[in-house]
Amino acid sequence: MASLDRVKVLVLGDSGVGKSSLVHLLCQNQVLGNPSWTVGCSVDVRVHDYKEGTPVEKTYYIELWDVGGSVGSASSVKSTRAVFYNSINGIILVHDLTNKKSSQNLYRWSSEALNKDLVPTGVLVTNGEYDQEQFAENQIPLLVIGTKLDQIHETKRHEVLTRTAFLAEDFNAEEINLDCTNPRYLAAGSSNAVKLSRFFDKVIEKRYSLRDSNQIPGFPDRKRFWGGTLKGLHYD
Amino acid sequence: MSFLIDSSIMITSQILFFGFGWLFFMRQLFKDYEVRQYVVQVIFSVTFAFSCTMFELIIFEILGVLNSSSRYFHWKLNLCVILLILVFLVPFYIGYFIVSNIRLLHKQRLLFSCLLWLTFMYFFWKLGDPFPILSPKHGILSIEQLISRVGVIGVTLMALLSGFGAVNCPYTYMSYFLRNVTDVDILALERRLLQTMDMIISKKKRMAMTRRTMFQKGEVHNKPSGFWGMIKSITTSAPGSENLNLIQQEVDALEELSRQLFLETADLHATKATINIVFDRVGKTDPVTRGIEITVNYLGIQFDVKFWSQHISFILVGIIIVTSIRGLLITLTKFFYAISSSKSSNVIVLLLAQIMGMYFVSSVLLIRMSMPLEYRTIITEVLGELQFNFYHRWFDVIFLVSALSSILFLYLAHKQAPEKHMTP
Repeated sequence: MASLDRVKVLVLGDSGVGKSSLVHLLCQNQVLGNPSWTVGCSVDVRVHDYKEGTPVEKTYYIELWDVGGSVGSASSVKSTRAVFYNSINGIILVHDLTNKKSSQNLYRWSSEALNKDLVPTGVLVTNGEYDQEQFAENQIPLLVIGTKLDQIHETKRHEVLTRTAFLAEDFNAEEINLDCTNPRYLAAGSSNAVKLSRFFDKVIEKRYSLRDSNQIPGFPDRKRFWGGTLKGLHYD
Repeated sequence: MSFLIDSSIMITSQILFFGFGWLFFMRQLFKDYEVRQYVVQVIFSVTFAFSCTMFELIIFEILGVLNSSSRYFHWKLNLCVILLILVFLVPFYIGYFIVSNIRLLHKQRLLFSCLLWLTFMYFFWKLGDPFPILSPKHGILSIEQLISRVGVIGVTLMALLSGFGAVNCPYTYMSYFLRNVTDVDILALERRLLQTMDMIISKKKRMAMTRRTMFQKGEVHNKPSGFWGMIKSITTSAPGSENLNLIQQEVDALEELSRQLFLETADLHATKATINIVFDRVGKTDPVTRGIEITVNYLGIQFDVKFWSQHISFILVGIIIVTSIRGLLITLTKFFYAISSSKSSNVIVLLLAQIMGMYFVSSVLLIRMSMPLEYRTIITEVLGELQFNFYHRWFDVIFLVSALSSILFLYLAHKQAPEKHMTP
């Protein structure tokens, strides 16, 4: 059983947004009872069925690396964190819906993680600002998750969700908004669960090059590809 | 008429200080957080503004700017306001924000924060009893009573920080030099860290698989929570559950190890960075020393003592003030980054504002010693019949105590982790 293939997904975000609760919910399907500060990095494993319900279904281990810290840390702390950014196959960017700064910091977080490969000495030379070109040529799948949805008042919900939609567009990623203390947001068959398993499938494909070689990567291809997958999933 | 002009000058400068405090708060302290409660920012900037105004008044005293009666009036006014802030406003808000963080007491926040504030006032008052601070002439609710207590706390704080800083600074620099960190050390430590993470991952994989098979078979894993849970788990437990708990314990131990390794790696990186900075700095002197060197060398020996004494005392006092403000702000920022999180940031900023206010008030008390006799009168007049000598002796005592205990503490810490400091 331990010989299943694996992929590595980073979970990044400011302190206090709920990364540890999210990872716990994703991996153990239970709410984390006593969240405390993450020092260094905490890892958890999720067993994921790739292409569930189709004949090519296969089980993979998804390692979720929850790296703690703040994006404004000293460069020595950043160099220490950089050791976890090796060979990542996907990134989940977590932000707090009640805290705008945490959403803005996601740009810096993604730069920190993605720039790791570009500079061999491990020292960050950019000042962390948003670079459109960098995201255009980025091959690593991204997913944006907004937490603490229950703390947003009904009246402000539309405005907040519009803002996060723009954010997800900037990263060329899907977005999920939920409350980590309530498992029903990720219940099987809900649209959030679909997006999540789509993201993990994408990560697995990129890693193991499971696409047919005659398909041209691009937008029309994605539509055709996902259209086929959706038929296989069950809806209650 | 001159009083109005003086007042307007004072108010303008206060607004400037307020703006500076506001900017410092936004750009430095809170640059990674979102300001949701503007009250906190306002209180911090107001405390900063009034503290700086006190120093400004000292400088005006030395330079002889403004009318002396208006200076006296502003001193009294400033002192009243800052005492009000430090004793009433800031502690109340600290209590309020602490209480709002606790979910249980959320409904009766105001009541509990008033209770907290009353407790604070009680201890604050009791603090003054054992000290021979006042001459017994004064009434119970006078400025002297309040300022004496604030002064004691502030002076204790300053002495503690100075003592610790005096010992810690050379120790850290020495240890950085002696350790001689190389890249190889860092890489070796990082490899150990990653190996530990791999071990954690493989154990977690087993747990995840076990949980999945249990779920598919219909068993339910109950984590032993609470007293009765543990007793139940002894008698009836599925083999899968037992296995999981065992592996969980191993995982906990490994996670603790990974955290320690991570902290050590961060420490090594910091050492490497500091060595670079320190070595770059060697050989340069700060501008003040160079200025004095130039003045002494080129301006000749003719020295009108009376003329220069005023200016030198002004410069000296100014330097002391500026460096202590700058040093305090830097230390506060570092401290804030180290311990704050998004939940507690408000409380911590208010605590820092409180410390800053008390620190500045006691600086004024202590700075009296550095000033020539003729300028001391205003401080003595305004602050009343405080026993200033007591404060100086108290500062020295606490400084010694703090320095000695820091030495002891660092020695013990050094003994606990000798392997870090040994070169391979």
